[in-house]
Amino acid sequence: MLLIKCPYCGERPELEFVYGGEAHIARPAPEADLTPGQWAAFLYARTNTRGVHAERWRHTRGCGRFLNALRDTTTDQFIATYKAGEARPPAELAQKEP
Amino acid sequence: MQWRSPEPKSSYDAVIVGGGGHGLGTAYYLASEHGLTNVAVLEKGWIGGGNTGRNTTIIRSNYLFDESAALYDHALKLWESLAQSLNYNVMFSPRGVMMLAHTIHDEQILKRHVHANRCNGVDNEWLTPEEAKAFCPALNIEHNIRYPVLGAALQRRGGTARHDAVAWGYARAADSLGVDIIENCEVTAINRGSDGTVESLQTSRGLIRTRRIGVCAAGNTSVIMNKVGVRLPLESFPLQALVSEPLKPVLPCVVMSNGIHAYVSQSDKGELVIGAGTDAYTSYTQRGALHVSTHTLEAICELFPAFRRLQMLRNWGGIVDVTPDRSPIIAKTGVPGLYVNCGWGTGGFKATPGSAHVFAWTIARDEPHPINAAFTIERFRDGHLIDEAAAAAVAH
Repeated sequence: MLLIKCPYCGERPELEFVYGGEAHIARPAPEADLTPGQWAAFLYARTNTRGVHAERWRHTRGCGRFLNALRDTTTDQFIATYKAGEARPPAELAQKEP
Repeated sequence: MQWRSPEPKSSYDAVIVGGGGHGLGTAYYLASEHGLTNVAVLEKGWIGGGNTGRNTTIIRSNYLFDESAALYDHALKLWESLAQSLNYNVMFSPRGVMMLAHTIHDEQILKRHVHANRCNGVDNEWLTPEEAKAFCPALNIEHNIRYPVLGAALQRRGGTARHDAVAWGYARAADSLGVDIIENCEVTAINRGSDGTVESLQTSRGLIRTRRIGVCAAGNTSVIMNKVGVRLPLESFPLQALVSEPLKPVLPCVVMSNGIHAYVSQSDKGELVIGAGTDAYTSYTQRGALHVSTHTLEAICELFPAFRRLQMLRNWGGIVDVTPDRSPIIAKTGVPGLYVNCGWGTGGFKATPGSAHVFAWTIARDEPHPINAAFTIERFRDGHLIDEAAAAAVAH
């Protein structure tokens, strides 16, 4: 089971969280005139990274808030967690830790 | 060895990326049905070392929607004669697949499956709890358990096969028709010509030219397709399985429970083969969390109280690529000459012969077989989902 550091509550077991998929996928503006292909890309296409993956989690059984995380999907090791709305931490951070 | 270990040639008429059952089968059908024998299968590890050797070997075709029923029953019909076709004992054992209902909702959806399957010519029947226990005597049908059995859907034509033998049988048969099976060969780049068509693959064993590439890379499909800038509606998750110490015959059929994510059958060696659920998060680690398999074992011990004293010998994970509607993609990609067979999620083994058969057709003719015509990437754009996820409400 993963140990996830909620930016508000600290380290908590994975069972307190719900996974929210790839992070930083911005919903198109309501006035954007998107083609069906662009909508499908927003809704369904995913990078599915093998390596450092930016992803959303929600601390449903804790503070209830969304957070983002950088996790290496080849080791499941968390590199960083940060508040929703903050920019993705720089890549150097990912390289600094094993 | 049962097949050669050739050095890669500088060019092929078609190259299959991924040496699991789907990829090897595709190469076999390209050679045997479409006359394409100058074909290579590139495998970054060893033959059958991925999900083909990691699944729980369950075979069934009792899917809800017409498109799925046609695809999986096409596979099931090929399973029935596969050992003869390949001259290789794949140990196909149609011992029956029994899916349990634990709630009124399970019962309703399984009965809906029974009726839909019958309309599609796929066998499936409803059993009362007593009939289910008669078919599988070890089953606990008492009312006082956490997941009481309210009935079951039984597909008698379903069952199991020896998963390794499927890979080996296809590999040997394809090799004997001239297909080069190249292990320890990882694809690092896919190059396209000035007209956009695929031109060559850069691999860990050198450059290989080809105008047709079929990708059967399961959990690593996104990794391959991202190399050519094709983003797919896929996410990769670890899926776990376990085996127990061997027992004398105790479980005559496959027992599945979608509601509690338990899948159990008994191998010919006597081990109970148990499938658990996927982890919540995407990962490529080929292992899963203990609480996921524990959840399954707790449920199985209630359904089969006699199993409580068993020790589990091994557990492992495989990486499964999951689509939003839990149906596969077997299709052209928008890049000329590049074809993809992916998205089998938690249930690709059962489809191996059918998947390979229609994918070979798609590659050979540059158009889908009628059976896989609906399994496109564009269905996510056009809204024509084949939503087996909603039909089953769980992984399957």
